[in-house]
Amino acid sequence: MTIILSILMPLLGIFGNIFLRRHKNLRDTFTFLVSVLTFSAVFVVFLLTGGIQQQELSILTVLPNLDIAFKVEPIGLLFALVASGLWMLTHLYGIGYMRGTNEDRQSQFFAFFCVAIFAVMGICFAANMFTLFIFYEILTLSTYPLVAHKGDAKSVSGARVYLGMLLGTSIVFLLTALIWTYVLVGHLDFMPGGILKEKIEVGLLPLLLGLYAFGIGKAALMPLHRWLPAAMVAPTPVSALLHAVAVVKAGVFTILKVGVYIFGLDFLAESGASQWLIWLAAISIILASIFALMQDNLKKRLAYSTVSQLSYITLAMALATPMAAVGGGMHIAMHAFGKIALFMCAGAIYVATKKTEISDMSGLGKTMPITFTIFAIASFSIIGLPPFGGSWSKFLLFMGAIKTEYFVIILVLMISSLLNVAYLLPIVGRGFFINSGEGKEVNSIKEAPLLCWFPAAIAAIACILLFFYAGLIQDFLLPIVGGSL
Amino acid sequence: MTWEFILGHINYWLFIILMLIGLYIVIAKGNLLKKIVGLNIFQVSVFMMYISIGKVIGGTAPILPYDNTGHVKYGLDVIYSNPLPHVLILTAIVVGVATTSLGLALIVRIREEYGTIEEDEILGAETLIAEKENEDREAWLA
Amino acid sequence: MAIEQLNHVALTLEEQLPIWLIVIPFVAAPLILLFGSKGLAWVVSFLATAFSLAISVILVLTLKDGGVISYQIGGWAPPIGIEYRIDATNALILMLISLIATAALPYAYRSVNSEINPKHHTLFYASYMLCFTGLMGIVVTGDAFNIFVFLEISSLATYILVAMGAYKDKRALTAAYDYLILGTIGATFFVIGIGFLYMATGTLNLLDLAERISDQGLNRTIRAGFGFIVIGLGLKIAIMPLHLWLPRAYTFAPSAVTVFLSATATKASIYVLLRFLFSIYHPTFAFDENIILIIFMPLAIASMFLASIVAIFQTNLKRMLAYSSIGQIGYLLLGASLMNQLGLTATLVHMFNHGITKALLFMGAGIFALKVGKVSYENIAGLGKIMPFTAAAVVIGCLSLIGIPGTAGFISKWILVQGALANGWWHIALLIVLSSLLSVIYVWRLIEILYVVPTKKVGTITEAPISMLAPMWIVAFACLFFGVFTDFILDPAQTAAQNLLSLPGGGIENTLGDGS
Repeated sequence: MTIILSILMPLLGIFGNIFLRRHKNLRDTFTFLVSVLTFSAVFVVFLLTGGIQQQELSILTVLPNLDIAFKVEPIGLLFALVASGLWMLTHLYGIGYMRGTNEDRQSQFFAFFCVAIFAVMGICFAANMFTLFIFYEILTLSTYPLVAHKGDAKSVSGARVYLGMLLGTSIVFLLTALIWTYVLVGHLDFMPGGILKEKIEVGLLPLLLGLYAFGIGKAALMPLHRWLPAAMVAPTPVSALLHAVAVVKAGVFTILKVGVYIFGLDFLAESGASQWLIWLAAISIILASIFALMQDNLKKRLAYSTVSQLSYITLAMALATPMAAVGGGMHIAMHAFGKIALFMCAGAIYVATKKTEISDMSGLGKTMPITFTIFAIASFSIIGLPPFGGSWSKFLLFMGAIKTEYFVIILVLMISSLLNVAYLLPIVGRGFFINSGEGKEVNSIKEAPLLCWFPAAIAAIACILLFFYAGLIQDFLLPIVGGSL
Repeated sequence: MTWEFILGHINYWLFIILMLIGLYIVIAKGNLLKKIVGLNIFQVSVFMMYISIGKVIGGTAPILPYDNTGHVKYGLDVIYSNPLPHVLILTAIVVGVATTSLGLALIVRIREEYGTIEEDEILGAETLIAEKENEDREAWLA
Repeated sequence: MAIEQLNHVALTLEEQLPIWLIVIPFVAAPLILLFGSKGLAWVVSFLATAFSLAISVILVLTLKDGGVISYQIGGWAPPIGIEYRIDATNALILMLISLIATAALPYAYRSVNSEINPKHHTLFYASYMLCFTGLMGIVVTGDAFNIFVFLEISSLATYILVAMGAYKDKRALTAAYDYLILGTIGATFFVIGIGFLYMATGTLNLLDLAERISDQGLNRTIRAGFGFIVIGLGLKIAIMPLHLWLPRAYTFAPSAVTVFLSATATKASIYVLLRFLFSIYHPTFAFDENIILIIFMPLAIASMFLASIVAIFQTNLKRMLAYSSIGQIGYLLLGASLMNQLGLTATLVHMFNHGITKALLFMGAGIFALKVGKVSYENIAGLGKIMPFTAAAVVIGCLSLIGIPGTAGFISKWILVQGALANGWWHIALLIVLSSLLSVIYVWRLIEILYVVPTKKVGTITEAPISMLAPMWIVAFACLFFGVFTDFILDPAQTAAQNLLSLPGGGIENTLGDGS
């Protein structure tokens, strides 16, 4: 079936990278073709099924009632479309960046990239938590060489933190949660309405939820968020795709799936088991934004911003209302496009000027106008201003919070938007409106290479377009909450 | 704990005493050869225990009696001692001999390599080797 | 209790399989010495182990849903005669031992050439065959004293094999000597325990012992016997704190020997322990008194944690893997002490999975030893890039050791945690996953050393020879295969666990007193 094709397609890229490694252009074109084919396969799945598929495709049974099985459902398909689409963009970007900075061992880099995307596809289409866990671990392991790519002491120790936290949380918390659920329910299939109702004492629910929430380390819930800034030692294409889109999105995607299909939104809401998570996510949102303000390194600031934005989606799941859940799912797409554009800009700046600290970037807007305009557009989307896509998902989150009694959350969301302004817009302002003080020298810096800003521009345009298509996405996601808000 | 009780179970008492003597020698003596001796005493105590429990009171050797013509006389009312423990212990003795010879062979080789068969001196030599390895490692880390 | 003496003549091939398992390797040993040539020695050994492997696979396939095959040595009926008795539990272990023995032999050819004195190569293969015979015999027999005999056969051969490492490092001699002393004490304790059981019941046949013990109930003799047996086997299994011989023996033995031993020797002894704990003493003794909970569980957990912590600080690859083995043996013991079907299934599955994982890792260590001499971390730094195929297989082994999904180690860990949670013991489940975290640390240290640290070796290190790479990759493939297609191991393990737990006496059919 086409699903299997779309999952396995990225693996083709590995062969291309191994066998064609001497021929740079052939290799990169081949991988790009693979990414286009992957996206096409996912798109075909979308056309064929419209987001819902009743039967699952079971490959084999590993343990009693635990299959490796795949199924199409709305959030997963949305994530798959986003991830495979953005892979195309990031691959172009990656070519430009790696050649621009003259990185070595590019074949190995792109090969592991393919494995990571393969893992993401598997996560998107997983029909049960067991399959998802398998691909989740493959994603962690395959992104380790990408984070440690540069090979210097800083990269190695950053990669160690990355791997240690992700493997640690998944082995200690998530595996325990999975086996506990399996012992209670007898299987781990995703079912609309959840599978835990009546199988567990309500008093134990917050504990199980906690094991899942902290076990899914990729969602960077505080205080287990440290790996995300540590992973910024990776080359920017890695940060762009994986840490703005694939890895972290896989994390919050898993949280959403767990909330909607394992616990069941109604069960969560009536038992109040996720109360503590609402507060923790809210604190996470604010605290991470404050940390972002304190960073001078652009990538680190964007990393903390990601932590904050991910907590939006965790908050959405914890609120356990249909509108919040749909808003969370939509935010996966909106934030992906916005963040990837921001990271690509950060990388473009590095390629063109070798600058990484924000305080050095005064006046760069005049010599790199395209890059900074893209940065501005993406910032507006992250902040949540219309007419940019991010505004819709935030709106749905607001509405979802109103439905519950947690009015304080509305306050939290508004404060965080203000903080977003505070840590994103000054970068734009500094670039355009402040003189660098370096004098004539500045005029000789040119724009980043085409392959670096062009994909970012596409992402920024998408941010604008998504504002108008948000309704479609909302309708697409409705089935997860039973068809109506 | 009457005198009769002790005398009646004398084989068990001797077994325990010999076993502990053997174990003590293995643990406490530093000479490798003496350890083998201790091991042997330990094993012998076990043999003794097995054989002693095979004896049946009033029992004779477990061999079927013959009459004058050389045929076996079945069905006679004789009490035999249990032959099975003897069989088991024969096997165990063989195992013990093999173990002892292997141990002694190892001691010969250790003497060739280390020049001594005292445990503490060997330990000293091995500590020196380990320290040399550590120095190599420090040099590599530097 | 009157037991009819039945004479039984084994007629069909299936009934004769148990004895062939032992006879073929046993005869191969003197044959090797007779032939005297090294190449021929290897061929004879390989044929013998391959033959045993084929038989044990047939046995597993026959027995995986239940059933017993019994063979009476010399036609003498048990309980006086010695019988070989195979059910699902034995068959699984037999398959593991013969699989590792067969896979290690092609690998051993090159390894032995470089690590053992050339004059002793035929002796190596002969000892290998004797050790193999001994291990198979331990598992296949149904008579308690016979277990002792085979235990000592395999142990003596093991001492010789370990001592052969003296060609490269003279510390192998003292390691072998220590192993000899401790192993002999262990075996002798075991035989003392058997002696007490014989005193109390008058029989040595395992099935008969089970029945007579359950008839008698508990008395001091039987308890003392239990104690001696447990300690004796504990020395052989290397339960903490009786593990002291293991690190040095594994480190200084020749690599091929460590490959074979790490996967099989302790597993055979654990099998004997399971037999005694569950088939023979169940149900009157072990569970009622919660002995297992008080003794085994704390020791198992101590093993898991302390051994892993020590492994983290090691700087020699083989030594690190040895301590890791002690930790994994802790898992096996923990599974048994859970006393439910899931726990026992986990133990049996993990015996197999850990066997192939450790064999794979030690094969990798052996290849590194072939190329760079000593496998201390400074010597093997950066080898990941120079020897990619070897290192990739080692990575697979490492992932299986951690328990990454998709590998065999994951399956056994899942079932183990499931077993703990099924009893409601969430703290045990938490301890299991925490100790996996420790294994992540020492494994990842190895992976970093192989790939990320730059090498100081210059010159002519090339990839490993095919004769060593091929068996290693077959075992690596097995690690991955059994992590996904679990039925082949899981079915016999589940049947075996059921057998061990459910019936008094532990077998399914009582072959004593029936017409057959």
